[in-house]
Amino acid sequence: MDNHTIAHTEEHHVSLPQHRHHFETEEQQREAATFGMWLFLLTEIMFFGGLFMAYLLYRNWYYDAFVAASNTLNIGLGAVNTAVLIGSGFAMALAVWAAEVRKKGLLVIFLIITTLLGTVFLGVKYVEYKEKFELRHVPGANFDISRFVNPPADARDQQHLAPDMAHKTEIYFSLYFAMTGMHALHMIIGIGLLIWLTIRAQRGAFSSGYVAPIENFGLYWHFVDIVWLFLFPLLYLINIHPMH
Amino acid sequence: MSTILSLPDQRTATLPKKNYLNNEHGILSWLLTGDHKRIAILYLISITFFFFIGGAFAGLIRLELLTPQPDLVASDTYNKFFTMHGIIMIFLFLVPSVPATLGNFLIPIMLGARDLAFPKINLLSWYLYIIGGTLTLTALVLGGVDTGWTFTTPLSTHYLNTHVVTAATAIFIAGFSSIFTGLNFIVTIHRMRAPGMSWFRMPLFVWANYAASLLMVLGTPVLAIAIVLVALERTIGIGIFDPTKGGDPLLFQHLFWFYSHPAVYIMILPGMGVISEVISTFSRKRIFGYTAVAFSSVAIAVFGFFVWAHHMFIMGVSNYSALVFSLLTMLVAVPSAIKTFNWSATLYKGSLTFETPMLYAFGFIGLFTIGGLTGVFLGSLGMDIHLTETYFIVAHFHFVMVGGMLMAFLAGIHFWWPKMTGRMYPESLSKLAAVVTFIGFILTFMPQFILGYLGMPRRYHAYPPEFQVLNVLSTAGATVLGVGYMLPMLYLAWSLKYGAIAGDNPWQATGLEWQITSPPPTENFHEIPIVDYEAYDYERLEKMKKHEVTTVG
Amino acid sequence: MTEHHPDPMNVTNPEHDEHHIVSPLQYTMVFGTLLVFTGVTVGAAYIDLGLFNPVIALGIACFKACIVILFFMHVKYSSRLVKMTVGAGFFTFLILVTMSLTDYMSRAWGRW
Repeated sequence: MDNHTIAHTEEHHVSLPQHRHHFETEEQQREAATFGMWLFLLTEIMFFGGLFMAYLLYRNWYYDAFVAASNTLNIGLGAVNTAVLIGSGFAMALAVWAAEVRKKGLLVIFLIITTLLGTVFLGVKYVEYKEKFELRHVPGANFDISRFVNPPADARDQQHLAPDMAHKTEIYFSLYFAMTGMHALHMIIGIGLLIWLTIRAQRGAFSSGYVAPIENFGLYWHFVDIVWLFLFPLLYLINIHPMH
Repeated sequence: MSTILSLPDQRTATLPKKNYLNNEHGILSWLLTGDHKRIAILYLISITFFFFIGGAFAGLIRLELLTPQPDLVASDTYNKFFTMHGIIMIFLFLVPSVPATLGNFLIPIMLGARDLAFPKINLLSWYLYIIGGTLTLTALVLGGVDTGWTFTTPLSTHYLNTHVVTAATAIFIAGFSSIFTGLNFIVTIHRMRAPGMSWFRMPLFVWANYAASLLMVLGTPVLAIAIVLVALERTIGIGIFDPTKGGDPLLFQHLFWFYSHPAVYIMILPGMGVISEVISTFSRKRIFGYTAVAFSSVAIAVFGFFVWAHHMFIMGVSNYSALVFSLLTMLVAVPSAIKTFNWSATLYKGSLTFETPMLYAFGFIGLFTIGGLTGVFLGSLGMDIHLTETYFIVAHFHFVMVGGMLMAFLAGIHFWWPKMTGRMYPESLSKLAAVVTFIGFILTFMPQFILGYLGMPRRYHAYPPEFQVLNVLSTAGATVLGVGYMLPMLYLAWSLKYGAIAGDNPWQATGLEWQITSPPPTENFHEIPIVDYEAYDYERLEKMKKHEVTTVG
Repeated sequence: MTEHHPDPMNVTNPEHDEHHIVSPLQYTMVFGTLLVFTGVTVGAAYIDLGLFNPVIALGIACFKACIVILFFMHVKYSSRLVKMTVGAGFFTFLILVTMSLTDYMSRAWGRW
């Protein structure tokens, strides 16, 4: 008999109620779940990847329009949102730690902080979207290019675009709304899951060794965070030199 | 004619008392099951249903093409015929065919596991398929889609007012069904093999499905984003594919074909896995060059990602880029050829018998080779300019998909039918069906190569009168083919009640699935096996038979 | 004992991962680094570095993504399989981008 294998199995044998019968060991179940979540995240990389490809292409083709359009975004709000999201990622990582060391109270607190910060993010996005609606920068029948052909005095970017290039700002905003909108949708789904996880955590589901859902949700949350880490510079920070 | 078929004594043989089919009763035990075998059966029924709808559209297309004039239906309606035929056959039949039915059923058993890694996600996958299929039928009933299954922009975004968004949503949802199946397979294969089952002891069927699963997981999301953008373009007018707003219609095609080329490998790889199993069993020989075949599956998957723009040679991509893609396309043919050589080498000096699965396998090798070779012609940039968007392409992909994949699917269904149902199908009738299918296929699609070469465009329902003879031949073949596909429906259904009891291992095949009862118990194995032998070990099988004790009931 | 099966090839968990727990201190350092580099990104954006502006912005974003993946997502302490999986995902994304670019970048070169 393989002594090492016996000893290993006995040490790590945890009979959790959540153990599924088609797995031989807890460890196998946990490994499988984490691996499965990573594969799902691969699909998300490729899904957002298509949008990043579109962005790359059109930024290259219509650079001036992208510069003008990007300069209408509020960098302060964008930076704050980035910090907020990084903070929520930090809180989520601490939540995973709390679950691993079986501190129920801390786990619930960190999950709540994660949820709150995520909601703040969405709130700021709502404010930003509202402004875009008011300026008529939402793609579609109502799209208004007048600010780009004749920038008002308080505009950060004072270059006058030819109407032809000014129309291309609609493509920028299409990508802006598609990418941040898709991101926000993932945040909303994440927050919904967070609420559910928090309730279950409060009931003690994750403080006795069964950490997989917290861990794997953490992977999802961090991924959504990473997407934003790329969206922020690509959308908000295109050529914003003050002397421009 | 000699046969390796070995059935138990029919006077005393019975089906196992408790198996996955009768373990639980009631419709909910099926609709809420986590058992991979039941989910496989659910898929089998569903894809067969959609196959016949797609086939009906094929029949209508061939009916219209009997005469050179566009006399049966209006142009728009004809466009809807070939669009619905393509969408249903590709997304609702071919992509899920082997993985979702045979793969779901067999992969856990072949690995010595009790189920897939995520049984609930497996069930979700089936429900997503059903929702996608229902939405497709909805689009059909509401009036259909006429963009072609390729949804090429800007036609699909700006020039049509058919139910594109409904169809796109349907495909989006069906795509997730595919992703979840692939995800489940990958995790199961990596993490749930039985003790001793190393990667190189797995059956080649598993390797093939693994490679296809990689493509499902990595490729399908790009299709998803492409059709989301089409839907946004249609509804809001975002301009992303609109030339008048500065968009590039070719961007859609890059995203679409980035999935749809690997998709053809998603479709064919599991079929190749089936062929490996069948050829080995009916030659009583280990697959020649196991390692080469295993690696070539993965190589096809990897290279399959590098060649997509060969579908776009005449669409406006730069010539330099077209050159690169053309060169890479030549490379991707190599692993497929390796498999074909290895199968042939397996046959050499094997102890061959010609049961129905083997007949389909032979059909596969011949027809897939022709289809694959014509693919190489099309991959060559100069040839493609002349041949693309003609019936040459139509013939090419039907040779690989129908002559190849569908035959492999039927080979697999017949090969594992006794395992899944416990019953044998009637052999002479099935052999007849296989031969009829083969003849019907050649008659239908060989003339199309000639038609394409002579210049008949695809997706047109009128053509110059000098092409009529070939078209009539093709339609006649389609009728024969239809008969060939109806026959298995009838006798397989018949066999469920009246077929001979098959016993555990009627084909005397190696593989863990043949060491459990037919049909298998719900938990697959009473005790998880320990695997200390290679795949396709026929000598070991012989030794085991000498010491075998037959169990009763 | 009847349930125990010797697994000499250890196929169920080849790497025998100890379940490494990342400490809150490490998380705090990563958090701090992420905030600092966010500030750097914003600051660098206001300086005209011509061609290097997008390079720096993307470079910093990649660095931030890396530390989130390695530490927040535990990949540094995960099995080889997980590491390869992450790599495979980004590799495929890069294929999509670079090979599409072979088309877009060479269109301007004219027809032969």
